[in-house]
Amino acid sequence: MHEFSLCRGLLQQVMQISEAHQAQAVKSIHLKIGALAGIEVELLRRAFPIVAQGTTAQHATLEITTLAATVLCTECGQTSVIKQHRLTCHHCKNRATQLLCGDELRLENIIIKQPRNNEQHDVQ
Amino acid sequence: MCSDCGCHHNKNHTVHNGERALLKTAATTSTVINVHRSLLFENNQQAERNRKQLRQHNITAINLMSSPGSGKTALLERTIDAFASRYRIAVIEGDLETENDAKRIRAKGVTAIQITTGSACHLDAEMVNSALQQLDLEQIDLLFIENVGNLVCPASFDLGQHRNVTLLSTTEGDDKPAKYPVIFRVADLMLITKCDLLPLLDDFDPQQATDYFKAVSSCAPVIQLSSKSGMGIDGWLEWLASHQTNKTTDA
Repeated sequence: MHEFSLCRGLLQQVMQISEAHQAQAVKSIHLKIGALAGIEVELLRRAFPIVAQGTTAQHATLEITTLAATVLCTECGQTSVIKQHRLTCHHCKNRATQLLCGDELRLENIIIKQPRNNEQHDVQ
Repeated sequence: MCSDCGCHHNKNHTVHNGERALLKTAATTSTVINVHRSLLFENNQQAERNRKQLRQHNITAINLMSSPGSGKTALLERTIDAFASRYRIAVIEGDLETENDAKRIRAKGVTAIQITTGSACHLDAEMVNSALQQLDLEQIDLLFIENVGNLVCPASFDLGQHRNVTLLSTTEGDDKPAKYPVIFRVADLMLITKCDLLPLLDDFDPQQATDYFKAVSSCAPVIQLSSKSGMGIDGWLEWLASHQTNKTTDA
C-alpha cells in the first residue's frame, strides 16, 4: 500500500516543477518502473487521481513504461533477463550476480500546458 | 492533421513516440520538462542527510525489517543485554499504534523514541529525522531502527541507515523470501529467528529458507538464532561488531 506514499512524493515533485514553470495544467507524467521496484503499477494508476485531486495535475495522464530486470553474472560475465526476482544467472546458474537494471522508480518527464514558452527544459 | 502540433497524425496525442516534442496550440504551449529523478527523490535526499548526520557522530544505524511478531524487539532486548556495556545503544521504534515496544526497550535502560505512524505501513526518512532530533547523538554508538512490521513497504524507503537486516521467524514458513522478494533483496543480512522452535516445526527447513533467500539476494549472509535460548546470538553480535564504526566507549 505504499503506492499512495509514492504518489504523494511524485505529486510533490510534479507540483514543484509545474509551479516553477507557471504551468496552467500538467498534461501527462511519464514514469519508468523496473520489474523489481516492488510497485504495483495498477495500484499506482489508481492512487494517482485520488492524490492529485484538486491540483493542476488532476487530469494528467500517467504514462508508465515498465522495465525488465537484467543481471550480470560475476562468474561467466553474461547477462540474463530475469523473472520473479530470481537473480540467478541463466547461463551458468551462478547466484552471485549484479543487478544492471530493473529496480528503477523514476520520473522521466512531464508535459505541462503553459501560456507561452518555446523552450524544452531540464530539471537541474 | 494533429490539432496539437500540426504533424501528420490524425488523432490527438500528447507526445510522439520517443521524441522530445514541443506541442503548440494557438493559445497555449505544451512543454516537455525532463526530470529523470527517482519518485522517492525527496525521501532519498532526506535519507542522505540523515546518513551524513549519523556519520558525523560516528553512529552505525541498523534498519530492522520483518513481518509483525517475528521477534525484532526480543532480538533488541537480547542485543542490549549483551552489548550495553560495549556500545551506547539507542532505538527508534516504528509502529502504527502504542508505545509497547519502546517501553520494553526503555525497561532495559536504553533510550527509545517511538514513532507511531497512524495508518502508514512503513517508516520514511522524514520520520526518522524527527526522531533523530530527539536523541543526543553524541551519546550513541549503535542506533537500531525497528521498522513497522511489514514485509512489503519498508523495503522501498531509505531511512539513512547503514545496513538493512531482515528477520524471518521459523513460524512464518521458509518460503517467505520467495513470496516477498523485495524486502529480502535489500537485506545485508537475513536472520532466521525463533530457531528454538525448530524441533516442533515440521514445515520450516532453514536450508530451504536460505536457498530462497540466496536466489533473491546473492551475497548476504544468513544467521540462525533464538533470542529466547541465546543460540546463534554470538554470530549476530559478531556481525554487528564488524559493521560498527571505529567509535567505542571505555565503559
